[in-house]
Amino acid sequence: MTSLTSGLKGRSELGVALLLGAAGVVVFLDANGLVTPYSKSDPVGPKTVPFIVAGMLVVCAVLLALNVLRGGKGEAEGGEDVDLTHPADWKTVLPLAGAFILNILLIDWAGWVISGTVLFWGSVLALGSRRHIRDGLISVALSLLTFYGFYLGLGIALPAGLLEGIL
Amino acid sequence: MDVWSSLMDGFATALTPMNFLYAVIGVILGTAVGVLPGLGPAMTVALLLPVTYALEPTSAFIMFAGIYYGGMYGGSTTSILLNTPGESSSVVTAIEGNKMAKAGRAAQALATAAIGSFVAGTIGTALLAVCAPIVVKFAVSLGAPSYFAIMVLALLAVTAVLGSSRLRGFASLGLGLAIGLVGMDSVTGQRRLTFGQPLLADGLDIVVVAVAIFAVGEALWVAAHLRRTPLHAIPVGQPWMGKSDWKRSWKPWLRGTAFGFPFGALPAGGAEIPTFLSYVTEKRLSKHPEEFGKGAIEGVAGPEAANNAAAAGTLTPMLALGLPTNATAAVMLAAFTSYGIQPGPQLFESQGPLVWALIASLFIGNLLLLIINLPLAPLWAKLLQLPRPYLYAGILFFATLGAYSVNLQAFDLVILLILGALGFMMRRFGLPVLPLILGVILGPRIEGQLRKTLQLSAGDPAGLFSEPIAVGIYVIIAVILLWPFAFRLIRRNTPVAPPAGGAAALAMDADDAVHSNHNAVYSNHKEQQ
Repeated sequence: MTSLTSGLKGRSELGVALLLGAAGVVVFLDANGLVTPYSKSDPVGPKTVPFIVAGMLVVCAVLLALNVLRGGKGEAEGGEDVDLTHPADWKTVLPLAGAFILNILLIDWAGWVISGTVLFWGSVLALGSRRHIRDGLISVALSLLTFYGFYLGLGIALPAGLLEGIL
Repeated sequence: MDVWSSLMDGFATALTPMNFLYAVIGVILGTAVGVLPGLGPAMTVALLLPVTYALEPTSAFIMFAGIYYGGMYGGSTTSILLNTPGESSSVVTAIEGNKMAKAGRAAQALATAAIGSFVAGTIGTALLAVCAPIVVKFAVSLGAPSYFAIMVLALLAVTAVLGSSRLRGFASLGLGLAIGLVGMDSVTGQRRLTFGQPLLADGLDIVVVAVAIFAVGEALWVAAHLRRTPLHAIPVGQPWMGKSDWKRSWKPWLRGTAFGFPFGALPAGGAEIPTFLSYVTEKRLSKHPEEFGKGAIEGVAGPEAANNAAAAGTLTPMLALGLPTNATAAVMLAAFTSYGIQPGPQLFESQGPLVWALIASLFIGNLLLLIINLPLAPLWAKLLQLPRPYLYAGILFFATLGAYSVNLQAFDLVILLILGALGFMMRRFGLPVLPLILGVILGPRIEGQLRKTLQLSAGDPAGLFSEPIAVGIYVIIAVILLWPFAFRLIRRNTPVAPPAGGAAALAMDADDAVHSNHNAVYSNHKEQQ
């Protein structure tokens, strides 16, 4: 079991190399597709730097892949609330991302007060709080406060959405 | 105008009642957010950026000055009371600071950190006021080739010197440069990496990128590895110091300042190296070496001063050259550009009053920090007990709000999520974040200087070497890049390596201390379970 997981972990970092390589190829193709007549006032042109960046990404991708295959390993970042002794907890992260996506979908239609409430409530829930009513009240209060705070204090009108006219 | 009268004008601007109020708000906000676990100074500034959008630039930057130092100070409080440093520059503070706190001397540890920060910050800001104009005087004579070289140096130095894996640093830099390419090319108007998406034509908003990488990435990362049993924060009363504490602290403060400022001002300086150097020096010079590792006040006073002096030092290249050397400065520079202010040596010329008001408010912010934070320390300590679900949900909430309020378009939130996922991946696989941020910010400007250089030389690459400063900098770059290879060669040629010399031994000392500290953290944690 341990050898399998460590093998998989070793391989998962190859995904980073893949991503770097793919980014390099995309940057290269995109720059290659630009049509620019040679101009005396701009001998470098808009293609040169993307080509350099693409080359750098691809070289890094190859070197990283080699490094990982030889047993190199990126050091996961620690922190005050980070406990690296247990594996990544996708049951927390995915609902959290879900709350975030819900907010993106709702914000322009339902308005910030509703989408923000959904975002905060959903995130707190995903992160393991179980005091639903208190969490809900805090979510609504935060959304309302930031809505009015931004409007009155900063002059930024966040979308009111469905509650247009009420707020 | 000379430095003194400009600075006095700056004080006159910064001390108007409204601006003073903004300074107070900045210090309090900065400290409060900085104290929160998981929020470093860079993230603090990034999250609070949108708050300043409604203000006029001068007030906004006065507030920033407060947020900057407040965030720094808040971070040290966290590391002393919680013993898990949020950022690498407070690793050293945590070593002795937390031991002191455990031994019931939290009040003295916080006091020496606060007063040391004040002393170092004040001296550092004074040095900034003196040095920056000198650097500017020198910098205005430089042309595009030299600027190109300096910026390349800054990028490569940060990437190659800091962090544990150079390869991963360069990978991060490459990603940052690619993100920086997105949008309309400034010279020809061609759209690069926009994939036909009109919303990408203006490029990615740097605030969105910074908030995504720092805040969203961090929140997701912590969520994946959230400690089920939160660390125990040590309660604290009013910070104070006895006579002997003062006696043992003042020299480390000054020495720490002397280490911190120059390192902060260097392109790859940062605060890590000077805090280590300060720790090791204090350990050597201390009359109580036996207390080190058990909570020696010198080990808090010196590194904290070094940390804050480095923070002031960092502002020298940022204000004088437009060159950010750490994440916080990078975010502040992004704020400059979002106000339409062009960073660079012309800044003192074109925005003189603003720059001097900023420097003056750094002095004011520093003093406020001392006055406000000493009595408020028990309150800050309470913030450490904020339930983690609320803390990280709050980070996501305010990150979203901040990124959305820049342009009021939901599309930015999609970018925020994608780049947040990138930030998560980087933390998972040990890619440092700083090279990416610097790549995003400096990439387009480096390209601009490169094109200007070759335009002047009519396409001849020799134009890159047309200024002596540029040539000198390329030599430095070559040394930085080739150093590890040369080191390996030397080692291979001398199989019987001489025992590590003075400097190496010092470094090992500090290294050991940090490792044992880390081990201590983990074993503590296990004990709690």
